[in-house]
Amino acid sequence: MSYVSTAMKPKPTLGGPGTDQRKKSRAAAWARRAPLLPALIFVIITTQLPFAVTLVISFFNWNSLRPNDRGFAGLSNYIQVFADPGLRHAVWVTILLTASVVLISLVTGLLIALLLNQKFFGRGLVRTLLIAPFLVVPVAAALIWKHAILNPVYGLINGILTGIWELFGSQNPPQMDLLTDQPLAAIIASLVWQWTPFMMLILLAGLQSRPADAIEAAQMDGANAWHVFRYITLPHLRQYLELGGLLGAIYIVQNFDAVFTLTSGGLGTSNLPYAVYKTFYIANEYGVASAAGVVTVAGSLIVATFALRTVFSIFKKEAAR
Amino acid sequence: MQPKTRFTAVAASVITLSVSLTGCAGAGGGPAQGGKDSINVLMVNNPQMLDLQKLTAEHFTKETGITVNFTVMPENDVRAKITQDFSWQSGQYDVASLSNYEIPFFAENGWLAPLDESVAGRADFDQDDILPAYTESLTGTDGHLYGEPFYGESSLTIYRKDLFEKHGLKMPDNPTWDEVAELAEKIDEGEPDMKGICLRGQPGWGQVFSPLTSVVNTFGGTWFDKDWNAQVNSPEFTQAVTFYTDLLREHGEAGAAQAGFAECLNNMVQSNTAMWYDASSAGSILEADDSPVKGKLGYAQAPVKETEHAGWLWTWSWGVQAASEKQDAASEFVAWASSKEYENLVADELGWASVPAGKRSSTYEQPEYQKAAPFFDAEREAILNADPKNPGVQERPYVGIQFAGIPEFADLGTFVSEDVSAVIAGKTSVEKALDKGQKRAERIAATYRD
Repeated sequence: MSYVSTAMKPKPTLGGPGTDQRKKSRAAAWARRAPLLPALIFVIITTQLPFAVTLVISFFNWNSLRPNDRGFAGLSNYIQVFADPGLRHAVWVTILLTASVVLISLVTGLLIALLLNQKFFGRGLVRTLLIAPFLVVPVAAALIWKHAILNPVYGLINGILTGIWELFGSQNPPQMDLLTDQPLAAIIASLVWQWTPFMMLILLAGLQSRPADAIEAAQMDGANAWHVFRYITLPHLRQYLELGGLLGAIYIVQNFDAVFTLTSGGLGTSNLPYAVYKTFYIANEYGVASAAGVVTVAGSLIVATFALRTVFSIFKKEAAR
Repeated sequence: MQPKTRFTAVAASVITLSVSLTGCAGAGGGPAQGGKDSINVLMVNNPQMLDLQKLTAEHFTKETGITVNFTVMPENDVRAKITQDFSWQSGQYDVASLSNYEIPFFAENGWLAPLDESVAGRADFDQDDILPAYTESLTGTDGHLYGEPFYGESSLTIYRKDLFEKHGLKMPDNPTWDEVAELAEKIDEGEPDMKGICLRGQPGWGQVFSPLTSVVNTFGGTWFDKDWNAQVNSPEFTQAVTFYTDLLREHGEAGAAQAGFAECLNNMVQSNTAMWYDASSAGSILEADDSPVKGKLGYAQAPVKETEHAGWLWTWSWGVQAASEKQDAASEFVAWASSKEYENLVADELGWASVPAGKRSSTYEQPEYQKAAPFFDAEREAILNADPKNPGVQERPYVGIQFAGIPEFADLGTFVSEDVSAVIAGKTSVEKALDKGQKRAERIAATYRD
């Protein structure tokens, strides 16, 4: 710190007014930057430092229950991560889960946003109600799905089925056990329920910023509703779709609550965050868990980079047309 | 050149600052250190612990002048935190709630202070009143006592007396698994809206494998034999898992692959299942005043096959950190929390149903407790018969009934349990699941054979 302060002190002028000017502008630049420093330091402490520590731990053989065996392990933790079929499967589950939840909630979000973009009585109330699932705490949402909706005995789905069948005098309604038969689909459904409102909000904002004059011009030229949607609305929404998809993917990749609550990682539904949790909290293998965490971050970075690049290339093509 | 050095200087100062900040977090992140007469207790957030937290200041602190700072967390979090703090021997927490799963290997690692003199030796503590199975499972290999139970439980066969009477069925006091399976079938046929039995199927070493390991024991199986050979795909283990999963699939609750203690409790309370083999402590919830099945339940011993008894043993106990500088105050607290006096205090303040019971024989003698806990007789018998060192038909290299008392078991049990859950869901076969488990168990066993 002391070095910085001496460097910032104006030095005795040796040159002409030119250097003086430069110093002044430098001081001004620092005056502008300085207020940002606390935020920068805070960000570094809260995001970069833990990651650096994780990186270091990932090269250590460290099981908290065996304090005497702690030591440098080289790459063995990483080898273990890639050699473990459970973790490899978790990578696949994570990809499947993220892709399907993002895509499905984007499509449903778009449909609902298109409906909400129409004017009708009580639109404000409907909008608020539709946003509600996104406001529920994730673990509470998972509990609602596990108990209130999907439970095969007292859940809503089977209750409704029973009700409908009884209406027609049948005593043997079909009873579903989605969590057992289609566990991953059940997790996807619960996450889609939570994330559709988020996509809807972003796309609704996009819809409302559509240029009205262009639509009017298109209609004058004889374009029907589908043409307007395909050639004006959709291109206009592209960046909103990308933003929603990217933000959604970032959050859903890390989802833990749904897997933890609905299936406890059973029936092949363990995703990477849950696998890392198990390695850390149940196996107490801090080294392996850190290595798995680092691999997750590296994987997300690669995917994000590619995704962004494709996104940008589409942008460029669009602009070139 | 200058901008670069300046950047380095800024970076250096940032790092120094952050290091000093994390340093602070390390030291000051926990509860207040306090003076000589203040101890830090780290415990799981179960209702009995929360009652203790409520009663401590007004009674314990008032009498002894020792302030107690509680840190309360959910089970998995508290385990990780205790392991971290105790493995470093930082002495930040003086007392922690530990189960009989952890205490033996925590003691082996030298993380715990022996309590023979400081607690058990107190005249007014009456160690002989503590049920012997606990003293046995909380004693380290060196013969010293490292934990005092706060409350404990065994496992029982809980069944609907009223429905058994209605269908003319009789539950023996010491049923066999074959009898239980037959009864489950009869109830299943007799009560169209009900399933015969509820058993845990949710993945987790402390979920499906609590009841299931006790079934494995009585079917003649074990996780490891006395020479540290993994026995997960042995014929007896396979037979036990096949029996358990078949029973669940045929007469068990709907959604069994995700059902844990909480789901089965729900099923019993809502009359969805007629029997339930699980923790005896479930009785106090089933017999609570607002329970719709209160008074309709009977309690029999854990079902058996090859062994005479099969009930498990679990206790949340107090352990004192070896590195704690406040050993006297810590043992004073442990002696109070596990005492008869504290049980009576809870009975006076909150009622007999809330008493952290299941650890002292004298509690079972209290007429008020007997009234509040109709399962008291079955539970006492189960705990008296529990033998954590020799629960099966063969000798074992570890202590524990419904778990293998080694640090790796949590991971191993959870790993195998995911596949057992898949068997219940009909997605894999018992053989495949156990062959996979055997491989992992053998890897662990190999480290013990050397």
